[in-house]
Amino acid sequence: MVKLNKDKLKIANKKFKSRLIVGTGKYRSMSECAKAIKLSGAEIVTVAVRRVNITDKKKPLLMDYIDPKKITYLPNTAGCFNSREALRTLRLAREIGGWKLVKLEVLGDKKNLFPDMIETLKSTEVLAKEGFKVMVYCNDDPLMAKRLENSGADAIMPLAAPIGSGLGIQNKINIQIIRKQTKLPLIIDAGLGQASDATIAMELGCDGVLVNTAIAKAKKPFEMALAFKNAVIAGRQSYKSGRIDKILMGNPSSPSKGII
Amino acid sequence: MKKIKKIKIKINGKIKTIIDNSKLSELIKHLKIPLNKVAIELNEEIIEKKKIYKIKLKKNDKIEIVHFIGGG
Repeated sequence: MVKLNKDKLKIANKKFKSRLIVGTGKYRSMSECAKAIKLSGAEIVTVAVRRVNITDKKKPLLMDYIDPKKITYLPNTAGCFNSREALRTLRLAREIGGWKLVKLEVLGDKKNLFPDMIETLKSTEVLAKEGFKVMVYCNDDPLMAKRLENSGADAIMPLAAPIGSGLGIQNKINIQIIRKQTKLPLIIDAGLGQASDATIAMELGCDGVLVNTAIAKAKKPFEMALAFKNAVIAGRQSYKSGRIDKILMGNPSSPSKGII
Repeated sequence: MKKIKKIKIKINGKIKTIIDNSKLSELIKHLKIPLNKVAIELNEEIIEKKKIYKIKLKKNDKIEIVHFIGGG
């Protein structure tokens, strides 16, 4: 029996039981978001930094629904298109309540939402020097992943496909190459569409997956949250179990000896 | 009687008229902002929360108050 409870996700010296990180955006309501998170078993959730609504003070606050003492908040820089904006956002996030573990995401194109890796790299260096623990959304480019690692990143988070696209993992080979070259936590971030995509990511040897839209926008978000939870566990178990070799021809499962 | 001077400042992109020399802490209190759940910037500089009681607001000051919302 594989003891998976000892198999923990370690990011910046913090240990987590769940390998599923979920986003808190796009839900129909805060309570739906909170329930989906609970069902997903996630211990880390991404959050965005935005202006407080100063005219409508009755608007519900995320912190009232998801307790940052129980769930690790991972502030992101979604919507930032250059290093200056991203740094400003994360410095503010840290000021809200001492958050040092952050998700850096510097986008380069409004349509495909691909990361601007030049700006991302610059930001990673600065943030690491300022004491942040930086989980970096990036392209599935092994060379860039290496550069991020050398710049002080705490986790490499390549996209599976464009953010919110639901296309699933498009470049398994690149993900495998990145897996082979890095000991840093490797987390698939963005582009997953269904639970099996998470299983594939885990089977490729990733340490975790980050999912938002696929759960939040599913017809039944609660069921999908549960499906992703199970899919991540299944994928990890499968990866740890050591798959069989692939062969071209058939190989019977029943003995040929004693056939009548 | 001394006339109260009013100034205009910008808070989260919106223009607001306040009494001159008001403290940042007074504005936060007036807006009923839960201080433990936000971060504050004054003219693009982050303000430590304990310092808001000492800072007096001036004409054309730009304030940003942010918090966490749902995001991916």
